[in-house]
Amino acid sequence: MRTLLKTVQAVSGRSQRRRAYHASVLPSLVSPGSPEFQAKSQAMDALVADVQDKMGQARLGGGPKAAERMRSKGKKLPRERLGLLLDPQTPFLELSSLAAHDVYPGQSIPGAGIITGIGRIAGRECMVVVNDATVKGGSYYPLTVKKHLRAQEIARENGLPCVYVVESGGAALPHQANVFPDKEHFGRIFYNMAQMSALGIPQVAMVHGISVAGGAYVPAMADENIIVREQGRIFLAGPPLVKAATGEEVDEETLGGGLMHSSESGVTDHLARDDEHAIAIARGVIGDLGTAGGYVTPRPVVRPEEPLYPASELHGIVGTDLRQAFDMRDVIARVVDGSRFREFKKEYGPTMITGFAHVHGYEVGIVANNGILFSPSALKATHFIQLCSQRQIPLLFLVNVTGYMVGSKAERGGIAKDGAKMVRAVACADVPKLTVIVGGSFGAGNYGMAGRAYSPRFLWMWPNAKVSVMGSGQLSQVMTTVSKDPGQHASLKDEIESQSTALYSTARLWDDGIIKPTDTRDVVGLGLALAGRGRAGGRERSRSTTWDGSNHGFGVFRM
Amino acid sequence: MHIDLLSSSSSKPHFDKILIANRGEIACRVIRTAKKLGIKTVAVYSEVDANSLHVQQADEAYCIGPAPSSESYLRMDKIIEVCHRSGAQAVHPGYGFLSENAKFSEQLAEEGIVFIGPPSSAIVSMGSKSESKNIMSAAGVPCVPGYHGTNQDPQYLFEEAQRIGFPVLIKAIHGGGGKGMRTVHAAEEFQEALESAKRESLKSFGDDNVLVEKYIVRPRHVEVQVFADTLGGVVSLWERDCSVQRRNQKIIEEAPAPGLTSELRADLSAKAVAAAKAVNYVGAGTVEFIFDNDTQDFFFMEMNTRLQVEHPVTEMVTGLDLVEWQLEVAAGNPLPLSQSAIPLVGHAFEARIYAENPRNNFLPDSGPLLYLSTPTPTHVFAPTLLPLAGSSASSDASAPLVPSRSTSSVMAPSLRLEQGFTQGSQIGVFYDPMIAKLVVHGRDRKEALRMLRRGLEEYKVVGVSTNVEFLRSLAGNDAFIAGDVETGFIPKHFDELFPPISDPSPEILAQAALFVALREHSSQTSSPSSPWTTLHARRFGGDEYERIITLQKDDSSAEPITVHVKSAQQPGHFNVDVQSGASRTSFTSVPASLVSPTTFNSTLNSASSETTIVSQPPPPAVPASLQTNTMERLHIFSGGQKTTLVLPSPKWLLSLGGDVLNAAKGALRAPMPSLVVEVRVKVGDKVEKGQPVVVLESMKTETVLRSDVSGIVKAVGCKNGEMVEEGRELVDIEDNDS
Repeated sequence: MRTLLKTVQAVSGRSQRRRAYHASVLPSLVSPGSPEFQAKSQAMDALVADVQDKMGQARLGGGPKAAERMRSKGKKLPRERLGLLLDPQTPFLELSSLAAHDVYPGQSIPGAGIITGIGRIAGRECMVVVNDATVKGGSYYPLTVKKHLRAQEIARENGLPCVYVVESGGAALPHQANVFPDKEHFGRIFYNMAQMSALGIPQVAMVHGISVAGGAYVPAMADENIIVREQGRIFLAGPPLVKAATGEEVDEETLGGGLMHSSESGVTDHLARDDEHAIAIARGVIGDLGTAGGYVTPRPVVRPEEPLYPASELHGIVGTDLRQAFDMRDVIARVVDGSRFREFKKEYGPTMITGFAHVHGYEVGIVANNGILFSPSALKATHFIQLCSQRQIPLLFLVNVTGYMVGSKAERGGIAKDGAKMVRAVACADVPKLTVIVGGSFGAGNYGMAGRAYSPRFLWMWPNAKVSVMGSGQLSQVMTTVSKDPGQHASLKDEIESQSTALYSTARLWDDGIIKPTDTRDVVGLGLALAGRGRAGGRERSRSTTWDGSNHGFGVFRM
Repeated sequence: MHIDLLSSSSSKPHFDKILIANRGEIACRVIRTAKKLGIKTVAVYSEVDANSLHVQQADEAYCIGPAPSSESYLRMDKIIEVCHRSGAQAVHPGYGFLSENAKFSEQLAEEGIVFIGPPSSAIVSMGSKSESKNIMSAAGVPCVPGYHGTNQDPQYLFEEAQRIGFPVLIKAIHGGGGKGMRTVHAAEEFQEALESAKRESLKSFGDDNVLVEKYIVRPRHVEVQVFADTLGGVVSLWERDCSVQRRNQKIIEEAPAPGLTSELRADLSAKAVAAAKAVNYVGAGTVEFIFDNDTQDFFFMEMNTRLQVEHPVTEMVTGLDLVEWQLEVAAGNPLPLSQSAIPLVGHAFEARIYAENPRNNFLPDSGPLLYLSTPTPTHVFAPTLLPLAGSSASSDASAPLVPSRSTSSVMAPSLRLEQGFTQGSQIGVFYDPMIAKLVVHGRDRKEALRMLRRGLEEYKVVGVSTNVEFLRSLAGNDAFIAGDVETGFIPKHFDELFPPISDPSPEILAQAALFVALREHSSQTSSPSSPWTTLHARRFGGDEYERIITLQKDDSSAEPITVHVKSAQQPGHFNVDVQSGASRTSFTSVPASLVSPTTFNSTLNSASSETTIVSQPPPPAVPASLQTNTMERLHIFSGGQKTTLVLPSPKWLLSLGGDVLNAAKGALRAPMPSLVVEVRVKVGDKVEKGQPVVVLESMKTETVLRSDVSGIVKAVGCKNGEMVEEGRELVDIEDNDS
């Protein structure tokens, strides 16, 4: 087995070298000096700057006053905790930093009051979930729950140990109906923790502040946890509720302080002197995970190479106006290693681009749009997805699709049947999928191109990207035929237009975050590295979200 | 001895195997020449030196006992036994240890082993200050006016002092190293100084005989290297100036002595040769003179009957290998060159690099050489200087004492390094704390000094305090550059040589912080790595990279300095904000990278620099406290200056360390490797807080350990005369209060 693997690598290494002289190197046909290019570039620059600006705002969390209040208690700010937790000099892939942006009327809940992302701790990639206590005391709004659950889903799918940096008052009570009762609500957090633990995905919690009611279960459900002395507090009900329920008068420290939980109740495992100490302990805990779960980030199969052309040109290639077409090969040439792309069925179904490449040294099969989807395009994509599935090569969808072709010719040609083939292939492909929406993702094209409903491992959007049931142009025409009220057309068109933006999408967790076009290659590389994480032990893992045991046991009970 | 045999062209063969009864750089130095000549070498070593460089370099090595020299390097019986076991035909004693021990020389002779050095009679004659001066006076060598007689009556000595004229110097006859020595400036101080000198002499040397001499106000230490063979040939290899000294020990030597006329040089050499002849000297010897800077008079001081530490400066200006000459002479061969053929080319310096603390009265230091980076030597031996054509070894001894200078000498500056230690070696408490000798040679004194400064800037040591920076200041001192040397140079120019230590510049602080931020860099491996390591501190999706690094001067009372390091727009570039007290300095978009774990590149304000930064972790078992020696230190070598900063321990670590220290209260531990002079308590004794419990000696300094609690002695973990390692629990006292 090992020898075979080596041979495969040697072969791919040789072909790699030969490819250097091969026509698979994509040419650069863009003219960065042209006025159109310049205009598109400037428009994208402005949009990227705007998103950056909004992210900068969100990064401040609940603002300087709340930050000062935390500092005055000797606490580190949430992002400081995160920075100290991560290995120095390693990247951090933050998820959905603009979650809840402009969602709750009259309330600013930056990042939905929670910071999630993937980073390295003690040499292992981990999912980090940090409550931002500067935002409404770290309480859980509906989107906070959604962001937390999405982080857990990513952790589970990629076998990433989870570190919860807890300081939260639990569910935001006015929103309890949208936080508590449903399947994908608060309780799911603990369900996920239990199951991941059973799957061998370690769950570690650090309690830096209050961790009450439902929140108390995060440390309680963790495999190993840490609490900060005279700062972290865990109880099912706080002193006021205790008094109301039983008449007992008790202060917070006595009721659920670190010393009590570490020495008496056994709810916590490690007692830290301060935030920094808790983080140091947590790093030690992660360092001692052994081969838990057996998930390991694989090394690249070939030596990574930068693309031949600068990523900065992506701005001028794509621009912000979705009606302006561009050749997706120009995007691929600025994302893949050495700008090398071995295209499959190049001449057939040319509105669909399929082919093999490497990103950061990892093999990937790329499915990209270059126009509207016709039957041949859909069949070509289906064929290619089967190839990747058979060869166990992950798929990258680069999306700019207005949808499948309509009209009698297309219908007679069986576009619905061929489109369905592609959707089926995407749904059942036995390989990880990554999706980057670089332009539009409309209609059934969204399904065929691994939209959110098709559970790609990650789904990122460019700032200019749009997602909706159809493009606003088509929408107008449809509206004209089905409704007679022009006023309604206009308002509905505007509404759908605003609801299709990347900002609107990311605020609602329809994606995993907006990325800078120039970061695409690195973000995809990080994602591919994670998607390649498999279990060394070979124990079949369940990626399904239903659970019937499958001999996984119970995980770690807290005793 | 058959003269006729020698006078024939065939010279006597060298030894096949010699033993080197020494350690450190001089042992390595001798081994090197022996190897060059195809002679096998035998090293001896003490238990602590088992892994040292001289053991590795020798062909054979034998352990001769525990660390203290009296039980190893001074054990004549063991060394002779090793000679027999190994078949070594001769012993090179190096300097120090047994090099001037007449008894050793005699014992070797009895065993049929050659001592590579002078006959024991010469050692004995020169060993006594008063006897040597009598011999010298008789031979016409000028001596310092004084009384060297046996009449030790205080009144008589006082009259002698008045005859000589004040100021005078009272010196112990068997003294050395400044002990038993007093300067008397006025008659009324004489009696008291005499008593104290006698007392000290008796204590140190077991003899209270003193001599009284003229005291020279602005003296220089000028010495002449002489060489004599067994056939009566004696030559001078010119003089050295070793005036600049601290604690009465040389630290920098040069050849030739600056400012001497050729007549004076010839006169010095002639007197030195006469001195050697007066005692039928054989081998390498040094005749030391005291030179009066004011009158240009010189007087005989003493003769050192060994190869000296500073011999390389003579080698550099003469182009000779003095160890090779020693071996020639010991084998019974005539001197390889006649006086007229001995060159004197250019100017050479030797700087002795010591583990010591110049700012603390040059007190010796000990510890491991955690990091050692040296300038690259251009030469292993002295560069070859061709003697003038026509000169031959057979020219007679009456040749004029004028150096053979090749007029068209094409020589490049050169640099030599004599060292006995490598990175990782331990500079112990048992032996001389000299780490290495940096030897340079230039066409003239200015060039040599430039080489020396450059070499010292490139000499980087972490682990022990060194005098490297002091030597660098010295080599750059105006008076020193002007050749205005005298033995009182350091006290005279103290303020210039020890400028106040300035606060670290914002640039240094920024570099230190960036180093800390970058050093966790994933190591570059040959196999391709995942972007989770290669993308370094990149941030995606909204977060921003920022690290706050706290630094502090190496002083527990210093204020912490905070440095914010943020990613700049361009990958690999950083924005750095240094906040030191009230001042704030910002550097924007600084490119920074680590080239190796200790080499850091950055460009601050358009100035690109490569800086060596070495981290010194604290001893792992020492609990964290506010003492800076429990914190990680960063040593930053920049522009020839070493700045030491500490990374203050976080609060939680101090809190944990405090618990350990509280629990360990009452236990007294050795603060450094030391000798237990006296244990003043026994188990069961009641002690008060502050009561002296143990007296230790380390680096020739006594330390009294006092109880930090009042209580009962529970255990005693050491005994008088024992060597204890750092951190050893010496006495445990149970606190009464607990």
